[in-house]
Amino acid sequence: MTQPVIEARGIVNQFGAQRVHDGLDLTVLSGEIFGIVGGSGSGKSVLLNTILGLRRPQAGEVRIEGTDITRLDDAALRELKTIYGVTFQAGALFSSLTVLQNVQLPMLEHLDLGERALQELAMLKVRLVGLPADAAQKYPAQLSGGMIKRAALARALALDPRLLFLDEPTSGLDPIGAAAFDELLVGLQRELALTVVMITHDLDSIFRTCNRVGVIVDRKMVSGDLASIAANPHPWIQAYFHGDRARRFGAGHGA
Amino acid sequence: MSLREARRDSALCLSVEGAWTARRVGALEPAVLALDFSGLRQLEIDCREVVTLDLSGAWLLYDLEKRATAAGLSVSYLGDRPPTVRLVAQTLGHDGESVVTRLERPLQPVTALGRSVIDRWQAALSGLAFLGETALRFARGFLDPRVWRPISIARHVYETGIHAIPIVALIAFLISVIIAYMGAQQLQKFGADIFVVDLVTVGVLRELGVLLTAIIVAGRSGSAFAAEIGAMRLNQEVDALKATGVEPIEVLILPRWIGLVIALPLLTVIADAVGVLGGALLCHYLLDMPLVQYFQRVEESVAEFTFWAGLVKAPVFALLIAGSGTYRGLQVRGSSRELGRLTTVAVVQSIFLVILADALFAVLFMEMGI
Repeated sequence: MTQPVIEARGIVNQFGAQRVHDGLDLTVLSGEIFGIVGGSGSGKSVLLNTILGLRRPQAGEVRIEGTDITRLDDAALRELKTIYGVTFQAGALFSSLTVLQNVQLPMLEHLDLGERALQELAMLKVRLVGLPADAAQKYPAQLSGGMIKRAALARALALDPRLLFLDEPTSGLDPIGAAAFDELLVGLQRELALTVVMITHDLDSIFRTCNRVGVIVDRKMVSGDLASIAANPHPWIQAYFHGDRARRFGAGHGA
Repeated sequence: MSLREARRDSALCLSVEGAWTARRVGALEPAVLALDFSGLRQLEIDCREVVTLDLSGAWLLYDLEKRATAAGLSVSYLGDRPPTVRLVAQTLGHDGESVVTRLERPLQPVTALGRSVIDRWQAALSGLAFLGETALRFARGFLDPRVWRPISIARHVYETGIHAIPIVALIAFLISVIIAYMGAQQLQKFGADIFVVDLVTVGVLRELGVLLTAIIVAGRSGSAFAAEIGAMRLNQEVDALKATGVEPIEVLILPRWIGLVIALPLLTVIADAVGVLGGALLCHYLLDMPLVQYFQRVEESVAEFTFWAGLVKAPVFALLIAGSGTYRGLQVRGSSRELGRLTTVAVVQSIFLVILADALFAVLFMEMGI
């Protein structure tokens, strides 16, 4: 029996007069890869920040493993941040640190490790995401787009989180690079029993990786498995899953 | 206890229990490292009681396996080898040994010296190239005035000039008060109070007005130039300009140079005026000198060239400040740390160049007898 890892109920996010989310519900089950889809400006990143506890919603509650994070104090929130890993849209690697140091940073902050363990564990994460050993000593400016995404993933995995949040992990990658990244993600998810929440625009990526998807439409979320979402009559969802670019996969995926 | 050992004959049986997670690796590692393999031939690891074993915990076990094997023991698991340990072994594989940071070898003294000479020579050349290119672009403006971009220049005059007026005026006022006060203390001893006026006017008009203004502007605008252009470089905006067929030197560098060359002399005039007024105020209240007498003395003490000898330096200082600010900004590559470093370099360098140029002017004016 899989149980919910993340449960969000009735989230309201508002900027000035503009309401981005209005009573949004979201459930992510343990051990699944959950894709979040939505048009530009539909508040995907705002939703992610809300779940991460970086932003308090105007109303609603977000439960991660049962704890309502909208009511946590700073110390508890800091503790919470060790159970999840995040990658940001543009990688957000610290540009003045090498890849290895980027991975070590969360370890230094949260773990009490010896020098040797620190080196070896960081290197393990770097190798785990398929980066060559010599990439560890490079600075982000010296890496290709695909390597930056992988390095960001390595940093997200630094504390061995159970929960992984990815913000557009394959955007800006060539289709082959994106496919390789998806393959890596699915492999890691299976091996490490991770729960993954990922924001993406990439339809290929969704079909390759996601167990379920949630679509933000009309300030709420519609979620379900791929087949049921693709069958949803909402015009935006129809355009997204059955537009020109979707037609190539549509037939094979129960639309 | 998370690690229990049991020895029989030449075999060591380790029972791994509880949570072996990233959070606990720091505490567990010493215990694992302390294991003594001497006289043993076999290591059995029992993971059946472990509650959670994440990747970091698995690394500890993998490390243990590796060291035991290296010590000549045969390693086996009671039950299955945990999948995470298998994953670590796969990932670190054969070349997992020497992955620990290899530091760059420090350069030999002679090599280091040679490299730094070459670096400096190349930096000097590229600085010259930058100067030449900007001068050429500027000259092209005589043929095609659109190159000069008046709107952009106006913006820079506004930001580097008008916005700086309050602080420049305040500093000029304070400096003239300080000179007048110090001068009065000394000159009163000789009953030569009236020469305080000479001290303030000549000091402010020839040297301090323009020098302090240039130093403030170097701190304000030199840093802003470097940071603005540097951030644009990091954000690939400079490349975008080039790709659009717009020459960055023309839109980013020239307007700043011209803007500052216009703004700095104007600021200097303001600083001069405020400085002389500040002197008047102090002389009036501290030395009980009538204002009429003060301004009479000002007229007497100011030679034909006093004011111009100060003002003529302003455009030169402006070029030095704008030059190092924009040049350092364009040098930013790659990381936010570079941005900070080069902004600092820009400010320090422009202040240094301003003072150096001021010293050269002093020698020049002395030789010319001004």
